Amino acid sequence: MLTDASGHALRETMMDAVAIEPFERFYEAHRSEVLRLLRRQLGAERAEDAFQETFLRALQAYPRLRHGEHLRAWVLTIARNVAIDAVRRTRPTVELHETGAADGRPAYEELSHLTDDLPPKERAAVVLRYGYDLAYDQIAAALGSSEEAARQAASTGVRRLRRRITP
Amino acid sequence: MTVSPDLDRRFREAANALGLVDIGFDVVESPVGELLVAASDRGLASIWFDPDADADLERLARIAGPRVLRSPRAVDVARRELDEYFAGRRRAFDLPLDLRALPPFTVAVLRELARVPYGETTTYGALAERVGRPRAARAVGTVMNRNRIPIVLPCHRVVGSSGDLVGYAGGLDRKVRLLELEGAR
Repeated sequence: MLTDASGHALRETMMDAVAIEPFERFYEAHRSEVLRLLRRQLGAERAEDAFQETFLRALQAYPRLRHGEHLRAWVLTIARNVAIDAVRRTRPTVELHETGAADGRPAYEELSHLTDDLPPKERAAVVLRYGYDLAYDQIAAALGSSEEAARQAASTGVRRLRRRITP
Repeated sequence: MTVSPDLDRRFREAANALGLVDIGFDVVESPVGELLVAASDRGLASIWFDPDADADLERLARIAGPRVLRSPRAVDVARRELDEYFAGRRRAFDLPLDLRALPPFTVAVLRELARVPYGETTTYGALAERVGRPRAARAVGTVMNRNRIPIVLPCHRVVGSSGDLVGYAGGLDRKVRLLELEGAR
């Protein structure tokens, strides 16, 4: 049984070196927060699909993780990316091109350096309105707010930008 | 924000259907108490008495990888066969087994163990002889003690040469119960 015992010990050491927590524990620890974030960004209904996609993407990437640190930040980043993709999908591609900048970069990238310093809600509203050309009811759904609040956030954001751009 | 049971279930099913889970598990009710049953894409990987959420997750990760997920669907077949067994309607299991990461001697002993028929008993010494290591009865005992798929790999059918039950990792009560169920006592 010597080989059995030493082989076992070796495996234990190897597993400790990897030390990524079992996915079930990771999922249970972060699922509520991920759902909260997605609901804020996409509204209750669309958040459910995005929730599934977020954790499926996480599962897919999980074996490639090199360590078990910063898993919360990692999964929230995936969730944000899924939300961005979901918002992007609500507009037909052809319109994205039309509103895109001359070099082919989408308009939201043009906006990003301008809007970076805005408060988060205003930034989201401005980017969704002028970067993605979404209607206010869609923006309201994405932000989880009323249509009026979305309109308000976009216009306050734009006013703030104007003050910054025009000296 | 609580994740609804329905959303949770859909995620688990999708993960399983897409083959993204290294090892799926669920708790199965049985007359010998709750069993934590786990299966990978290779087959049934473990059955543990007295589930202990925290420790079991780590043990499952050590068998198959870190993508351990509770997934009722992953153990459907095993659950059905176990139910039939406990209802007295099944005498042999028809499940592929995942024996990875086990040393060759252990695998050899478990394969012999799998041949011990329903309702019969054998001894540690006899099993040792059958794997060509007649003096390794004690080592066979260790393999029985660590058997990670009890019931299906029937270590409860292995007793001492005097007929004494000797021991059972799940507790002697359960060994007695299983042997009685099979009419071996």
